[in-house]
Amino acid sequence: MTIEHSAEILPSREAAPAREAQPRVRGAAGSAWFGIAVVVALAVAPLFLKNFVTFQLTMALVYAIAILGLNLLTGISGQFSLGHGAFYAVGAYSAAILMESAGLGYAWTLPVAGVVCFVAGFLFGLPALRLEGVYLALATFALAVATPQFLKLGPLEHWTGGVQGVIVTKPDPPFGLPMSQDQWLFYFTLAVGLLLYWAARNLVHSRSGRALLAIRDNPIAARSMGVNTALYKSLAFGVSAAYTGVAGALGAIVVQFVAPDSFTFALSVSLFVGLVVGGVGWLPGALAGGAFVMFIPNLAEHVSKGLSGAVYGVLLILIIYAAPGGVGGLARSLGARFSQPGRRP
Amino acid sequence: MSGAEPLLRVADIRVTFGGITALDGVSFDQRAGHILGLIGPNGAGKTTLFNCLSRLYHPTSGDIRLEGASILGRAAHRIAEIGIGRTFQNVALFQRLSVRDNALVGGHARTRSSMIGDALRLPAAKRTERDSLERVHEILSWLGLESVADAPVGGLPFGTQKRVELARALATRPKLLLLDEPAGGLNHDEVHELGRLIRRIRDERGVSVLLVEHHMGLVMSIADRVVALNFGRKLAEGTPAEVQRDPDVIRAYLGDKAA
Repeated sequence: MTIEHSAEILPSREAAPAREAQPRVRGAAGSAWFGIAVVVALAVAPLFLKNFVTFQLTMALVYAIAILGLNLLTGISGQFSLGHGAFYAVGAYSAAILMESAGLGYAWTLPVAGVVCFVAGFLFGLPALRLEGVYLALATFALAVATPQFLKLGPLEHWTGGVQGVIVTKPDPPFGLPMSQDQWLFYFTLAVGLLLYWAARNLVHSRSGRALLAIRDNPIAARSMGVNTALYKSLAFGVSAAYTGVAGALGAIVVQFVAPDSFTFALSVSLFVGLVVGGVGWLPGALAGGAFVMFIPNLAEHVSKGLSGAVYGVLLILIIYAAPGGVGGLARSLGARFSQPGRRP
Repeated sequence: MSGAEPLLRVADIRVTFGGITALDGVSFDQRAGHILGLIGPNGAGKTTLFNCLSRLYHPTSGDIRLEGASILGRAAHRIAEIGIGRTFQNVALFQRLSVRDNALVGGHARTRSSMIGDALRLPAAKRTERDSLERVHEILSWLGLESVADAPVGGLPFGTQKRVELARALATRPKLLLLDEPAGGLNHDEVHELGRLIRRIRDERGVSVLLVEHHMGLVMSIADRVVALNFGRKLAEGTPAEVQRDPDVIRAYLGDKAA
């Protein structure tokens, strides 16, 4: 830092050298183009892929949406969750029950799942206000462990199907579109994902989003600036859970099946791993996180059936070692290198 | 409201933590348009008083009134909206946010939006955002911070960070600005500039300033009135010259032999 001594407190217009402004704009345009390229590549991919691979790609998007929700909580508002699998489960069951017991169209189950999970997340967030850091992580862990058991409870069995779960009807493409069911679900999921990403981005760059970021960075100062920290932290839990719940609903439709044992603690941990791999606080990282959650376990299995867990672990460690900030950290340092030669990010 | 009504009235404030009395019946008034200096040795209770004004602490007894209305029924996040802004002793910025975003958070209390409106970029949310950006733009250029508006504050020099904190506090559109040791960590020239800036904040922006400060030279040169605290009690109150001559104040600062 070279302006250490030249920058006074006084309002002088030339005190600090002009920087950041230009490269910022260039960097933003570059990343926008990259984003468009990724979306186009995704959009044409199913045309060249087998249905099963398209299905896998759809699931990667579903996980990406769930991770996006987790990122809003952890990366933006600074609260931890090891229990987002629970909200995913609630979303999935909401969709399955609404479709199979209430005959609701599959597309309509998504907003309902979102609202149900928003309420669940908000209510969970209220008592969680008293908990910070690792204690909050523990409370969410308890949520993740308890939820599958609730789904098996006898009194709810009429709707949840108990341990058997619920089989969900696979929707056909609308308007007689010439594509397979898997292709249709892929495009449907992609559209929902883009919409949710757009909304998340807007949120982060708005008054509400800045309030969350402020709480993350300095809760006491945030309060003195007028941020109702309790309300916003609970809202963050609600919105985050809503995202993950919509992902769960999509997951139920895509997999055509929900059962309690699909939503164990392992799912929560997977989402958390996806968050870290994608980059905490970097929203586009959710896509990389979703791909990791979907494909890396398969890849590990491919390498060694008997030691797939170990291979997965080694791959995870390698990624964290090579990119400590996840894909987001990598993207940031690359962006800084391209836009500003010779300057550290 | 009558002209005689003070902007701020601190009435017999007492704060105890466990068995320790941090403030013991402190009272003073601040008139609108004044710069009031709050001085005292370490542990005199200055920051405790500030935290009462920000509602981060609740006094055991006594009252604090802004323009005649008690603030003690308000939560900490509802203080900025009535016109009390503040900075912090060791700079409490949002480290990972840009200078502009820090200042924008300062406008939080003075704007309204819903999460849904913000997420969907509804017209009302866009209008609010545009107004906030305009207001922050004006403040940043007034403080000469425009060229670093996009830089994350974490990497900026300390002096600049202090200015960012002022920008954030001004964005709350305060009637009363609480500055907690703004000269801390600044060199001689910077302190001089800070004094000029505080006076400009009062003169050009019409903001009254309550200043907690160790730096005697700064307080004595810019304050209209000075309140001296020691061990949680008010020692003296008056113009800078009066307080400087006060034997109790001299004793508190220099020890018994000096008086």
